[in-house]
Parts: sequence; C-alpha cells; structure tokens
Amino acid sequence: MSAPDAGPAASFRFAVNVTPKEGILDPQGRAVEQSLPHLGVAGVAHVRVGRRVEMTVEAPDEAAARAIVDRLAGELLANPLIEQYAVEVLGGASSATRAGT
Amino acid sequence: MAVRVGVVVFPGSNCDQDTTWGLRLAGAEPVELWHESPHLGGVAAVVLPGGFAYGDYLRAGVIARFSPVMRGVAAFAATGGLVLGICNGFQVLAEAGLVPGALLRNRGLRFVCREVAIVPERLDTPFTRLVGERRPLRMPVAHGEGCYYADAGTLDALERDGQVLFRYVGPDGWPAGDADDPANPNGSLRAIAGVMNAAGNVAGLMPHPERAAEALLGSADGLPILRSLVAAAGERAGAGGPAVVTLGGAA
Repeated sequence: MSAPDAGPAASFRFAVNVTPKEGILDPQGRAVEQSLPHLGVAGVAHVRVGRRVEMTVEAPDEAAARAIVDRLAGELLANPLIEQYAVEVLGGASSATRAGT
Repeated sequence: MAVRVGVVVFPGSNCDQDTTWGLRLAGAEPVELWHESPHLGGVAAVVLPGGFAYGDYLRAGVIARFSPVMRGVAAFAATGGLVLGICNGFQVLAEAGLVPGALLRNRGLRFVCREVAIVPERLDTPFTRLVGERRPLRMPVAHGEGCYYADAGTLDALERDGQVLFRYVGPDGWPAGDADDPANPNGSLRAIAGVMNAAGNVAGLMPHPERAAEALLGSADGLPILRSLVAAAGERAGAGGPAVVTLGGAA
C-alpha cells in the first residue's frame, strides 16, 4: 500500500515530563518526603511527583513532530491550571524500551 | 409529560443507574446518552454521573472530555442548556473547562468514601431552587481526586460572582477548614464542594445527591437537588428552550 502524497515521513521519539505547577499542593511528593527519615536520608526537600509520557511521532521533520507533541502536551497530557510540562527529544525512534533491571 | 433528562454513560461510569433512579424519583424521564454519539436526543438537561470514565487514566475526566458526547454537551451548554456533573462528572466538566477550577488528588491521598454535609451557598439556581433553605444536606462522597483547586484570584472571583454552589460544613453548620478538618473530606480550598459556570447553567459537585435520594438510602437530602434540576429543565423545555443543538457533520 502506498502512503498519501505527504512526503516521506520520519519517526521521532519524545518524552513529555508533566509536574505539578509551583505552589500547587502535591500530596504525593509530601508523602515521599515523609518517608525519607525511614530510609535514614536527610537533606532532601521539595519533592514533586509527576508523570512521564513517551511517544513516537511520524511527521515530515522534527519541527512538525515537535508541534504535534506540544499540542498534545498542552491540551491532553497536562492540565495548564495545575501542571507544567517539558518536552524532551529522545534519541531516535529506534531506541528500544529498556526493561527494568 | 415527564421532562426528559439525559444521563451520559461513559465506559467506566458506575453511577449512571443510581442517577437514572434518582432522576425518576425526582419526576423526570431519564434517557441514557452513550458516549460515542454527540447527539443528545432533545433532552431538556444533561447529567454526567459518577464513576471512573475511561478508567480515569492520565487524569480523572480528561479522556472523557474528548469523547463525542462531550461535543454535544458543550454545544448544549453554550445555548444555555442545564448540565450537572456529579463526582467524576464534575471532574469531566472541569477538565472540559465548562466549570472553573480543577480537582486534585485528595490532600490525605486516600480514596474517601463516607457521608459528608454540604450547604448550598445559593437557593436561586437551577440546581438548588427547591432546597428551600440554607441547611446542611447529608450525602456521601466517594472519590480519590476531589480536592477543589483554583488560584486565589479565581477563587475570589467565584465568591464575588456567586459561582460557589456548595461548601462542606462541620456539625455546627459552619464551613469546614481547608486542611486537617474532618468535615472537609479532601482538603478542597475554601471548603468548596460544588461550583457553577459564570452563566449559571452548568454545575458540578463532588458529593452524590443520587445516593441520598430516598430515606431507604439513609438520607433524602440529595433529592431536592435533582428535583431542582428537573423543575428548571421543565420550565426551559416549556419555554421552547434550550435551542435544538445542531452540530456540524452528518447525523
């Protein structure tokens, strides 16, 4: 089957890191902080628990792929009222998922 | 003829039958609205019931926000149609931007399932007009993400414009504190349990009026909320509105 005439598409791999905005109460982060004394760990503060979403995007070039990811991040992956996000470019679509060690 | 009120059914809704039952007790003819269709079938009001729409994946309510039925609900709301979101339905409305604010993870991190007391801030809305007086209403909450949040400026504006619909109250009838007050089950800012949009035709609340719709359930305090919605919807239907919503595209 032939692709539509949209030019050759390439694959790009991204990660979107979503975290609670500054000032938003993060009870999960606080729970992690409160567990630290049980590990005998001191000096760790401002723990914020977020979410990381990885994806492969097909697009003519990286800028076009990035635009799609930005739209997804702003409209779906993060709620701008309470969350912020950062987009990270990962090293190529071929990067294999690493199994847990 | 009984007023037809739609109850949206998402995959993962689990209060749709209770809501249907409660609406029938309130005098309505409930109509189930499947999430895959944007057509509301000419109902006079819509209720988004509780549950875990689309598994609450990513964030509670966010996947449901993009479902076809929500296009219909948004168009219906834009013409003044009455929409009430209960629990997960409130989360869906907030994610859709149809009511202000967001629902965060409960401050205590735990899923909270118990009875609370809420007081209506206003008695002149389509959702509270038959409550009669500003008295504590007892009904259950059952949620993990119910901590109402909006920034301070938004909260001030909501108070000023009368968009705070319900607040959690303690045994003395006074509003609960923000945190560490058992009367506030989730740490909601300013003890807000329910809000309305600016136009006053879309509302959401975390507690479940349909689970307190008859004495057999332990409380009938939720019934006046459902009856208010049905009465207001009946008036609007009788007055010829809300307008029939037509959406772009084929039926």
